[in-house]
Amino acid sequence: MSATPAPAGPPAEGAEEKIALDVKQQIRRVVQGDLASVRVVFGLALIWIIFQVQEPRFLSDQNLTNLMLQITAIGLISVGIVYVLLLGEIDLSVGAVSGLCAAIMTVLNVKHGWSPYLAIAAGIAAGAFIGCVQGFLFSRFEVPSFVVTLAGLLAWQGALLQVLGQTGTININDPKIVGLANTFYSDTVGWIMAAVVIVAYGLIAGLGFRRRVTAGLADNNPVPVIVRFVVVAVVTIVAVYVFNGSRGVPLAVLIFVAFVVGMEFVVKRTGFGRHVFAVGGNDEAARRAGIRVNGVRVAVFTIAGAMAAIGGIMAASRLLAVNQGSGGNELLLLAIAGPVIAGTSLFGGRGSVWTALLGAMVIGSISNGMDLLSLSSAIKYMVTGGVLLLAVLVDAIAKQQRQTRGRA
Amino acid sequence: MSPDTPLLQLEGISKQFGPVQALDRVDFAVSAGEVVGLVGDNGAGKSTLVKTIAGINSPDAGTIRFEGKEVSIGKPQDAVDLGIATVYQDLALCDNLDVVANLFLGRELVAPGVGTVSRQLDEVAMEHQTGELLSNLAVTIPSLRSEVGTLSGGQRQQVAVARSLLGEPKVVMLDEPTAALGVPQTKQVLELIRRLRERGLGVVVISHNLADVFQVADRIFVLRLGHASGDFRSTEVTEEHVVAAITGLGDGNNKQAAAPKEGTA
Repeated sequence: MSATPAPAGPPAEGAEEKIALDVKQQIRRVVQGDLASVRVVFGLALIWIIFQVQEPRFLSDQNLTNLMLQITAIGLISVGIVYVLLLGEIDLSVGAVSGLCAAIMTVLNVKHGWSPYLAIAAGIAAGAFIGCVQGFLFSRFEVPSFVVTLAGLLAWQGALLQVLGQTGTININDPKIVGLANTFYSDTVGWIMAAVVIVAYGLIAGLGFRRRVTAGLADNNPVPVIVRFVVVAVVTIVAVYVFNGSRGVPLAVLIFVAFVVGMEFVVKRTGFGRHVFAVGGNDEAARRAGIRVNGVRVAVFTIAGAMAAIGGIMAASRLLAVNQGSGGNELLLLAIAGPVIAGTSLFGGRGSVWTALLGAMVIGSISNGMDLLSLSSAIKYMVTGGVLLLAVLVDAIAKQQRQTRGRA
Repeated sequence: MSPDTPLLQLEGISKQFGPVQALDRVDFAVSAGEVVGLVGDNGAGKSTLVKTIAGINSPDAGTIRFEGKEVSIGKPQDAVDLGIATVYQDLALCDNLDVVANLFLGRELVAPGVGTVSRQLDEVAMEHQTGELLSNLAVTIPSLRSEVGTLSGGQRQQVAVARSLLGEPKVVMLDEPTAALGVPQTKQVLELIRRLRERGLGVVVISHNLADVFQVADRIFVLRLGHASGDFRSTEVTEEHVVAAITGLGDGNNKQAAAPKEGTA
């Protein structure tokens, strides 16, 4: 236990000592898994280096753009999964829901002639409604979410077949829906977007930092803010550069990143997000603090359903069709594995929406790289399984260490 | 009200659970700036009394006065609204959240002028208030942003107490605040209780540990089998007397008749 007094006044002499302490703390946090995102970035870099050594096409602009397009659908589903995992729950129905909602959208658009916007809205609304019902059943009757959503997994798969009817496969040719996954912006537009992102981030970060300093909240040290700004700027510039080297910035990736940023904002910066963390950490404490625990649970499952629908619609747009296999196969498991690999805890209360992006990139890179190397699916699954197991073990070890530390 | 009026005054409180008379015509009072140690054996009715004040149980009979006015406390929110805060033994903290988030849990501050849609948390204001509150209480925590799960038992207890103070209560009830704490941590928590008294709060401390109670309490109130069996000034009584009142045994029983003082009965 450190004897540092609560930081109330501006730090003078103690400042240097505190920074040194922070560095040590940061390293420990990375190792022990609290800053799992940093750890997974290293893991991702390692994977990329391995594949690049084996196959020089891996880090080409074309392939990286392709990789990002491959992961958007799954990543969007994972965004909702992150919320569910933060509660310490699981939603096994998201794969089936994504297929069903994409089918609903397609049938409404193709067979009933609905406008694409209305059809997309109807698909998302269907996903939200399904999630809401599942969340209600889970929270109201205290049925484990595992079971409720397992029932959903089966039922919505059946509903998908029902909605598709005799045809089995329905092709999508509406330009608006197809455009979701097949629109690319020109180089100029890409750079303008990059500039807007960097300037906006710089303003928000700078203003936030100034507010903290004015309020006298101890950390007068701008280095972390500047480092973060530089990282964001570099990543943005490199991403736009890579995309421009191929077909330009894809709309699908923009949508994905926008959802990640937006949902991360909600979960980290709003009262609702704080309550999600609280319920995931200690639901009894949350209840006593006056939080409507069941309301939070229903809202989270609604979000998961809606995000599953959005991911399913994106997948349909990329495939240009929905069929009986939509939302099936390993989609569900990979959508859950992604955030876990990237550090969102299965035990609830720890994680970030960024893990949806990072995890999808890890899984997508393994899959994409092995395809490039023409390795069989057998090896691909085994490697992905091994990475997931490793990530879960790290999570469990981190949890054990936290507990021993907590009792210290 | 005269200045002598107790902040919180219970008269003739009875509570029955089935055939068990958990509280039998108990009179209890706390004044501003006073620490009352509530002691008694297991099953003596301490928890029932606290739950009655906190609004978790409603009494079968008796009256509760707060600042001289008769009140009814039907649910926990009533107690909170009156200004009665309770810190339960299990603390009810979220280990995965930091000190600031725990303090403001369920009553987060929202930044002004951001708009209703985004409802962004005002972390700066919350952290600022947390820092002020904790330094006023001289609570030492490595960082306001450290997760509560990483804190020691004493620090967690202090965080829980500090949280109860955010609502500006007038009475704070602490359930076994020093249970399972080491010696230095117990000392920290007792120091904190003294500072609550200095702030003019009425403090009720439930404890099994008589040594701790004697260190911090102005008055010691003993329950035995649902009855008030002693109400002592802590400076005017020995530990043996209190033990005798708790157990109902020994020669303390005889002296006890003379010892009760300042009883509300």
